[in-house]
Amino acid sequence: MMPSADLVLVLVLLSNFFLLGSSRLRAIVNGTALQGVLLGALTLLVHHELSLEPILVAVGATAIKAVVIPGMLTRAMREADIRREVEPFIGYVASLLLGAAGTGLAMVYARTLPLAPQHAGSLLVSTSLGTVVTGFLLLTTRRKAITQVAGYLVLENGVFIMGLTLIEAVPFFVEVGVLLDLLVAIFVMGIMLLQISREFASLDTTRLSSLKE
Amino acid sequence: MAIAIVIVPLALALLAAALPSAAWRGRLLPVGGAAHLAMTVSLLRTPSVDAFEGWVHLDGAGRLVLGFCSVLYFFTSLYAAGYLAAHPERPNRLFTACFLAFIGAFSLVAEAHHLALMWIAIEATTLASAPMLYFHRNPRALEATWKYLLIGSVAIAIALLGSLFLAYAALSSGMRPTLLFDDLVRDGPTLSRPWVRAAFLLLFVGYGTKMGLAPMHTWKPDAYGEAPGMVGALLAGVLTSAPFLAILRVYRVCGAAGDAAFMQRVLLAAGLFSMAVAAVFMVRQRDLKRMLAYSSVEHMGILSVGVGLGGAGFFGSLLHLVNNGLTKGVLFLAAANIHRAYASKSTEDVRGTIHRLPASGALFLAGFFAVTGSPPFGPFLSEFTILNAAVSTGRYGVAALFLGLLVLVFLGMGATVVGVVQGKPSGGGGLTDQRDTFASVAPGAALLAIVLMLGVYVPAPLDHLLREVAASLEAAR
Repeated sequence: MMPSADLVLVLVLLSNFFLLGSSRLRAIVNGTALQGVLLGALTLLVHHELSLEPILVAVGATAIKAVVIPGMLTRAMREADIRREVEPFIGYVASLLLGAAGTGLAMVYARTLPLAPQHAGSLLVSTSLGTVVTGFLLLTTRRKAITQVAGYLVLENGVFIMGLTLIEAVPFFVEVGVLLDLLVAIFVMGIMLLQISREFASLDTTRLSSLKE
Repeated sequence: MAIAIVIVPLALALLAAALPSAAWRGRLLPVGGAAHLAMTVSLLRTPSVDAFEGWVHLDGAGRLVLGFCSVLYFFTSLYAAGYLAAHPERPNRLFTACFLAFIGAFSLVAEAHHLALMWIAIEATTLASAPMLYFHRNPRALEATWKYLLIGSVAIAIALLGSLFLAYAALSSGMRPTLLFDDLVRDGPTLSRPWVRAAFLLLFVGYGTKMGLAPMHTWKPDAYGEAPGMVGALLAGVLTSAPFLAILRVYRVCGAAGDAAFMQRVLLAAGLFSMAVAAVFMVRQRDLKRMLAYSSVEHMGILSVGVGLGGAGFFGSLLHLVNNGLTKGVLFLAAANIHRAYASKSTEDVRGTIHRLPASGALFLAGFFAVTGSPPFGPFLSEFTILNAAVSTGRYGVAALFLGLLVLVFLGMGATVVGVVQGKPSGGGGLTDQRDTFASVAPGAALLAIVLMLGVYVPAPLDHLLREVAASLEAAR
């Protein structure tokens, strides 16, 4: 694995911590956009020879993850007129610590898995798991629906990184299918976001608690 | 035909989205249902269905699931047409398009023989069903849809990670990575065990959440509670079969990798736990549709227990998949009629349905007996087979727990159902002038007839298919 790819992976890990520590929704949306750009670059770096397909996947991933989806989230933010995450269920410092612990555990766990020779010493698997943990933390500890969508996006980014270890097994059209599914999922979530903000005049998901036993 | 069964519903969905007339959009649903059923029959009569170099291949398990789901979908589409015709004031463009697209995506799940392709199709069924949940467009439906969408999407992302882990298991032991089922099963013995185990756990959490196994079932009561009854029938019968099919296929791969015993322990524990959670929440349940949702959690648990036990349990589980799916159709369509007549689904308002809606009340009662495993209905046969599998392998503790939980569910659900069916029709609530009509009763009655038939006689082709799939699972050990 090329050292430049590992450098990008370290940047992805840093962006995870940035997301966990941010309270402004603007910063969170920008953080996910940055991750989108990093993943696009990573797609190009892990391929040994650059043919048309990896370039298309890289461009598609960057376009969807760094431009289209952040654009939809920004629009939802503007329509609902909210800027900040309020009082997450777990504080920012605590979620940073949890994120660090989760990433550390993911690294330790990834070391116990037998890696293929071409990935020995690479950060791909551990970064993937660390990013999945980050996404999961954002999803479960934040109140605003927009942050939850961003958390889902980060989780998907983690899965995407894992997919990069398998460039031979995952054919082009599967990559495209997965990206399209992600796009449609976020699109539907965006529509629901607007409905929620109209219906409840808020994007606070704690308002969504009338259904229980 | 293998491709048409995916494309034709999607094309009809586009047509529905484009049609200007709401009435014609409603009439399009049975057209889609009938076309799907016809194509399914034609596919089931074709000995070998292959396309795209093995990516699309209809195996035994796929045939089974596609077959009964197509029947359930057909009758549900007949009901839906009647429902939409009776409610011309409700906007139905998005609903009809999603209703049709849903079965196209589902057909691809049944046919996909590649883990990633199957994943894409399961995600598509989730996305197509979310707008159907939001049909009533009220805050409660919004909440249910949001939870369904978010939990479902996250679950499925975890399942994708698991699929990639499974492919990596081949790479890690120095082979060409693949996600084609047949190749994975063939390479099973050489796959790297730590990766296979991690992959199975991720796939189980992901697809188990989509099935609604406890403790990952939290979306289910909300979704089934707020969705229209006909959507509940599709979710409980068709949608949950897709992740179960995925788990069956993953089981074969992990079995070939020599890790079947571990998988079975997990499935058995999760299954019994789901049954227990469902039993607890079904006691004194005041909401009819939420009660059915917990019944679905229970039955997903039963399916999981059957696979966990192995042996005759495989056969029982597969038969139960069919029985439970069709019975859920009966119950949800009857509950939909009750909900429409009383404008409420709370047991405080709904009483004496047998007097107000004789046919729907009787269907609901019969559906209750069927789903709780009373003879002579189909689920009795399949639940008994699973119980028998536990006893014959000497696992008396499991057998006792299984039986005890079934009894508990019967009592808990029975108290609610009897209260709803019997008694004097209450004057309270917002009673509507909804009465039983042919269009609202016949689809559920037809499904009940099939469930009854499966209790006394399993047709030879179905029996062959069940045995073939059970044998392939048994061979995976």
